[in-house]
Amino acid sequence: MIYYLCFVLFLIGLYGVTCKKNIVKIILGLCIMEYSVNLFLILLGYRKNGIPPIINKGMEINEFYNKAVDPLPQALVLTSIVIGLGILSLMVAIAIRLYQRYGTFDITEMKKLKG
Amino acid sequence: MIEIIIIVLLIFMLIGSIICLETKDLLSSIISITSVGYFGSVIFLLIGAPDIAITQMVVEVLSLIILIRATIRMDLTTIEEDRDFFGLIGTLALIFVFFILGMEAIRYLPKFGTPSFTLNLQAPSNRYLMNGLKETGAVNIVTSIILDYRGYDTLGEATILFTSILGALAILRVYARKRKEK
Repeated sequence: MIYYLCFVLFLIGLYGVTCKKNIVKIILGLCIMEYSVNLFLILLGYRKNGIPPIINKGMEINEFYNKAVDPLPQALVLTSIVIGLGILSLMVAIAIRLYQRYGTFDITEMKKLKG
Repeated sequence: MIEIIIIVLLIFMLIGSIICLETKDLLSSIISITSVGYFGSVIFLLIGAPDIAITQMVVEVLSLIILIRATIRMDLTTIEEDRDFFGLIGTLALIFVFFILGMEAIRYLPKFGTPSFTLNLQAPSNRYLMNGLKETGAVNIVTSIILDYRGYDTLGEATILFTSILGALAILRVYARKRKEK
């Protein structure tokens, strides 16, 4: 059920990327897709009644091993979130430049981009 | 219990993203996408990923500032949406086909609550959890992975961040163009 909702969130982002005309809306659709993929990867590593992968004082290593959630997706998604910020800033820079060139955010008005 | 909370928060995320894409005003759509990110951060906190929750919070604030910078000076904030009908139908049909295929794929995943490293003893997460404290000395296993076991990934991440900000500055500057016009 949770995986399905995550997938529907991804599809809403895909709809925003493919059907919208405003370039800011397209950027926001890409952001929604990124959120859903990150959330999906973290949810894959969740264990029922799990604890965060941080060893408390006086905790046995075997007990920790049997209760902790998966740390590997968390480490990789941490990288992915920061890279998403870099991608977002680059896309916004291109959008500002296009606005200065054409005076609009509407992608159908940007005739010179057509190949 | 926790699954019900996650489902409610995910439904809020869906509502927020639909509002974000369908509203006419660009500023309110940016604010609603930030609310989507904050709901995601709460979910990360609930399912045992506090590092991700903190990072998501910081990144949300930064991206809100960047996106408001993109739209605050632009006077034209609304765009009339009259799309051609057949293109819209075709795209929605493509999304529907993608939906069906994804539903089939999700059925083959392990059930929610049983991560795949418990089913496969060869998975690297087993070693990280068992020997992480002994081998790296870090109490937080996520930190020991990103800074010790997979340090090259973090180096690559820093490189990508640096390159993207260099690219954004190179696109936005007006200095070089003025010199060429002389």
